[in-house]
Amino acid sequence: MTFRHRHLLGIETLHPTEITTLLDLADSYADHNRKGIAHRDVLAGLTQINMFFENSTRTQASFELAGKRLGADVMNMGMQASSIKKGETLIDTALTLNAMRPDLLVVRHPHSGAVDLLSQKVNCAVLNAGDGKHEHPTQALLDALTIRRAKGRLHRLSIAICGDIAHSRVARSNIMLLGKMENRIRLIGPPTLMPSGIADFGVEVFEDMERGLKDVDVVMMLRLQKERMDGGFIPSEREYFHRYGLDAAKLAHAKTDAIVMHPGPMNRGVEIDGNIADDINRSVIQEQVEMGVAVRMAAMDLLAQNQRSARGPQEVMV
Amino acid sequence: MGQSHVTTFFANARLIDPVALTDGPGALLVVDGLIKEVFDGPAEAPKDANVVDCGGMCLAPGLIDIGVKVSEPGERHKESFRSAGRAAAAGGVTTMVTRPDTLPAIDTPETLEFVERRAQEDAPVHVLPMAALTKGRQGREMTEIGFLQDAGAVAFTDCDRVVSNTKVFSRALTYARALDALVIGHVQEPILSEGAAVTSGKFASLRGLPGVSPMAERMGLDRDISLLEMTGARYHVDQITTARALPALERAKRNGLQITAGIGVHHLTLNEMDVADYRTFFKLKPPLRSEDDRMAVVQALAEGLIDVISSMHTPQDEESKRLPYEEAASGAVGLETLLPAALRLYHADMIDLPRLLRAMTLNPARILGLAAGRLLPDAPADLILFDPDAPFQLDRATLLSKSKNTPFDGARMQGKVLGTWVNGTRIWEGA
Repeated sequence: MTFRHRHLLGIETLHPTEITTLLDLADSYADHNRKGIAHRDVLAGLTQINMFFENSTRTQASFELAGKRLGADVMNMGMQASSIKKGETLIDTALTLNAMRPDLLVVRHPHSGAVDLLSQKVNCAVLNAGDGKHEHPTQALLDALTIRRAKGRLHRLSIAICGDIAHSRVARSNIMLLGKMENRIRLIGPPTLMPSGIADFGVEVFEDMERGLKDVDVVMMLRLQKERMDGGFIPSEREYFHRYGLDAAKLAHAKTDAIVMHPGPMNRGVEIDGNIADDINRSVIQEQVEMGVAVRMAAMDLLAQNQRSARGPQEVMV
Repeated sequence: MGQSHVTTFFANARLIDPVALTDGPGALLVVDGLIKEVFDGPAEAPKDANVVDCGGMCLAPGLIDIGVKVSEPGERHKESFRSAGRAAAAGGVTTMVTRPDTLPAIDTPETLEFVERRAQEDAPVHVLPMAALTKGRQGREMTEIGFLQDAGAVAFTDCDRVVSNTKVFSRALTYARALDALVIGHVQEPILSEGAAVTSGKFASLRGLPGVSPMAERMGLDRDISLLEMTGARYHVDQITTARALPALERAKRNGLQITAGIGVHHLTLNEMDVADYRTFFKLKPPLRSEDDRMAVVQALAEGLIDVISSMHTPQDEESKRLPYEEAASGAVGLETLLPAALRLYHADMIDLPRLLRAMTLNPARILGLAAGRLLPDAPADLILFDPDAPFQLDRATLLSKSKNTPFDGARMQGKVLGTWVNGTRIWEGA
């Protein structure tokens, strides 16, 4: 096994073999989840705290379920409501939680780099559940596992990522992961939603969706945030859907067996036609949610193993 | 010479002359706080003089640093006149030209007098205060430029806030022109750069941080050049940091506008990649630029297009830096690292010593109309003795500034200040 990290902060620092290790483990967890095989001993006795400084239902539920399936004691803290409003700094919050001796800390924060900062101040394993516009590593890993299971491999695929690339941490983590695994990446979207310096990312950029989707194996749609919709970055929802929304006509340019992905939650009729999202022959959106739990189980399992070996042999309870 | 005169003879020096642009052996005679005579080559010390043996080390005018933030009034826990003054002495800065972006802003003769009194009491170096150009640095109404000038303000600036209302700015420039007052501006398109933490590009995108195009600096400069053409004011750009702004600056100078430009030493020696994993001590305003931009501004400095190097000394406490990058405060302390950081350009063979020193001595003196900054008879004996080669590794805990927010913590540097004199009196003795 090779996965030598204390934290899972981003895809950027992962080696391809580490990605494969994690996906292999997640793959077996996915199978066991389907068969109902429990693993409540893996994280038994460990405390997992989910700290979400930004609203999330899906990711938080996924992490919670992953922890519980592995036997961890899981606590959720909705941070938007509490100490931030009282003026406590992020580092003080971290130190307070650290004093409660958790083993796994799952953090989402609206500012890029905040999870990284927090990880420097605690002595438990930190999992980044999304920091600002920076990274969302478990999302990229669950996307990778979904692709690998659907396509039978995770290399030499042509993958289109479409929509609001500029504001998306999902896109950043995916570009890094899929690039490391040697895939061809195409980014499709209006130039106002492309990040600066995109030409240096080793990707192909398309402003025309039909040309961009030509012969791709995977179509990955991104959520368009409500606050970006009107006037600021795009003229209107309807013009966006017309030019960049995934419908049957545009999807016809991809390979006939191309899969459609979306990290959720979807805006039906904005970035994706509801019929495409529900097409069981093309859409793997539900599978993504399922793989999310498996990938998070694998990530927490590996980090807990590393933590155990770093802490040395446990005292025997008498 | 009579007994009542204080005479100091600097023997065996390597004189760095920013006027003649020479670098060679010599000696210097100081009488009663003024330079009396400069000797080319070895010279005999007068009998009654105190002799300072320079040991072949560099003797140059003391540094004049435009744009030092001393956090008085308002945030004395970050920096006081005492701590900044000691840091300046240790760094070879003999004149601090202080910024008015304090709490409250220095925008009335009364607050200016407070600053002057505090400086007089506590700082061993010259302190020349600047005042705000608009009241409260709000960009709405000009300050009492005449009264402030009478009270000793050497320049007028809203610091890193751009006066975005061109009507207000053009009137302030016009009024300042009538008083021959120097206006210092921050060139930046304020809306485009709003909320930016880094320079846009691959690095900004990888880190997911809000970026500003380097073009925003040129847009700000273009606007201000147009206003100078309109008003004829005397104008200094605090920091030019991008390649794309340089042709406009060159043209404006060629067209005879009264414009000069400065740059912070950090933008000459660091680039955006130094931010690495969200290191907030590298968060500056404007943000650090690409390596291409850095190389271009270094060249512009060597050619004299950029006139002045400043430390842009900006003390910030740990609390305001130990935050997520976007939320963290901007700025770095620099009084004590100005010289060794600038010397990196000399050691990299990008500029010679006299030209490098000119940007920190003669040029700021000329812009401000000071007699200092020269090794000439009758100039004040504000002097520094330094070893340009002495290596050291910076430990931020050893800084004399109250705030320790330097991007050079742990950096290997060369160049130590061995002695600092203000009006002929030694105020610093380095190891």
